[in-house]
Amino acid sequence: MTRSALPGLAIATAVLCVGLLLAFTVGRYPVSVADLFSVLLAKISGQTAGASTAVQSVILQVRGPRVLAAVLVGAALAVAGTAFQGLFRNPLVSPDILGASSGAALGAVIGIFFSLGVLAIQALAFAGGLLAVAAVYLIGSAVRARDPILVLVLTGVVVGALLGAGVGLVKYLADPYNQLPAMTFWLLGSLAAANVTDLLPLFGPVAIGSAVLIALRWRMNVMSLHEEEARSLGIATGPLRVAIVAAATLTTSASVATAGIIGWVGLVVPHLARSLVGPDFARLLPTAAILGGGYLLLIDTLARTAAEVEIPLGILTAVVGTPFFIWLLANMQKTWS
Amino acid sequence: MAISRRSFVAAALATVGTSTARAGVTDATGRALSAPEKVARVFPAGPPAAILLYTLGPDLLLGWPRANRPEECAYMLPDVCARPEVGRITGRGNTANLESVLALKPDLILDVGSTSTTFVSLAERVQQQTGIPYVLLDGRFDAIPATYRKLGELIGRHDEAEKFARYADDTLKTIDGRTAAIAPSNRPRVYYARGPRGLITGLGGSINVETIELLAQNVAGGNEGGLANVSIEQVLLWNPDVIITIDQDFAASVYGDPSWASVNAVRNGRVHLSPKMPFGWVDFPPSVNRLIGLWWLANILYPDRFHEDMRALTRDFYIMFYHRTPSDVQIDHVLAGRE
Repeated sequence: MTRSALPGLAIATAVLCVGLLLAFTVGRYPVSVADLFSVLLAKISGQTAGASTAVQSVILQVRGPRVLAAVLVGAALAVAGTAFQGLFRNPLVSPDILGASSGAALGAVIGIFFSLGVLAIQALAFAGGLLAVAAVYLIGSAVRARDPILVLVLTGVVVGALLGAGVGLVKYLADPYNQLPAMTFWLLGSLAAANVTDLLPLFGPVAIGSAVLIALRWRMNVMSLHEEEARSLGIATGPLRVAIVAAATLTTSASVATAGIIGWVGLVVPHLARSLVGPDFARLLPTAAILGGGYLLLIDTLARTAAEVEIPLGILTAVVGTPFFIWLLANMQKTWS
Repeated sequence: MAISRRSFVAAALATVGTSTARAGVTDATGRALSAPEKVARVFPAGPPAAILLYTLGPDLLLGWPRANRPEECAYMLPDVCARPEVGRITGRGNTANLESVLALKPDLILDVGSTSTTFVSLAERVQQQTGIPYVLLDGRFDAIPATYRKLGELIGRHDEAEKFARYADDTLKTIDGRTAAIAPSNRPRVYYARGPRGLITGLGGSINVETIELLAQNVAGGNEGGLANVSIEQVLLWNPDVIITIDQDFAASVYGDPSWASVNAVRNGRVHLSPKMPFGWVDFPPSVNRLIGLWWLANILYPDRFHEDMRALTRDFYIMFYHRTPSDVQIDHVLAGRE
């Protein structure tokens, strides 16, 4: 706790800035740096830019919204992962531990099954995530046990498996020519379709959830202690747990609704952030948010530039995340304790 | 359980054995078949087979892989269209139970599609297990005439089959004759859009773009493969002249979407929504329903070379293939790409 947070925060910010610069300048559509700055300057000053309309549309309608969405989704998943790892006192927990992703997946495939529009599919995914976690929480609280945290995690695993079976059932019933490919692509996660209209429904819940978590940062430190210790320090653990779970679920569901299922970010980034600034949530949360945004932005830049066709984000994050996580596990003693 | 199933299969084998088998009949893969003299009940292995059989011998069709919707039945023979859902036995998702297949007592299992090793071995397996002749016919576009003739031979309807084979032959030859002189690089550059945001497309050689690639350049054809997700940036870079889509939501929203505004096809109003009733015209199911789609695509892509009246063509095709005369309102509905 005596370590200064500044160097760690600076590294995270540097990653995000490099990510932003790279993400705006590279892409399938060639955009020169001069065009980029002229369009951005013109946008800020309200003048008309000299670049062609296609270039303007690429920067302002296509690449810009996608870059912002990647940063928001990455930050949201990292913040939620950080909160859950602290709450459950377990370094192997990720934001989908309480069924948010499985619930969102079920909502989305049902939307695709009934051939709904994009907005309705996203709304169903968002609602599915919230409902799944609410159900897990209610069931977990109804079971009287000595260790409420353990019961909650186990309930999450079980309900998640049930929802996964539901996703399988809907895929089985779906039209194999049209709906099944759409479901598969959605479940693999992608920001290919992110546009301006996605940003507000994504930003709102992520901002609210993150604000609640940052406001609770001191109490979250206490929650990392054992239940009895936290209570003895005068913390009402029950209501606090509800608030943390609700806030983390809000951010997770919003990001899954926009980008589909993206694993690993919420698992790996909190560890990275912890190794940079230590376990104090007051520093950890902002660092994880910035780092998560930069990390997913870099991954998404790779996903959209490596080939003519998109590489699904879920696949890339797993390929990058797995070796990285094994390396982290080998060094975990230093960062977690 | 195992015993009862074995005796069941043995009984079925015996039935096939006793009926007079026609010698020397082979399917598209060259497998010799002991097709019974009189075929009265045919089980379609998947949607392409069901549609092919519906056009040539609707009375023989035991059921559909998936139940048809009432809107679709408006274009077909009501009693055949209403036949029950029997599942499918092709590909990855085997939704039909082999015991229920046997219970339907088919004379023949008909499959149309890929004749690769995977599907030949699947056909062999099902035939061995059920004792019912499993016919695998080639589903590729240029094989349609041959496929009709083969099916006619199998079910004893040569003359009828010849009519369908000729229609397919004429369609393919007329269209090829009028477009063969156009160099590949001079053909319109087409982007095929699927999904509510239009960002799922068919790569080169995929069955989803078989019709489009017969007539035009597929902008995503540089990579071989099946369906893939692409980014809007990539579409902007391809800048296609024409967009063909099957998605109503996408077709309705693309002209108002600023991120698509600079694409040539959008600027010139050349986003076309493919007809899909009762079966899709350009993509799926990959069966003879796409023949009329070929005319439709040719009319859109080469208006100076094709002056056919699409309404008349549609009426004739629906009468011949779907055995029901569509009303003018229905034809308008179909051509507008609505469901």
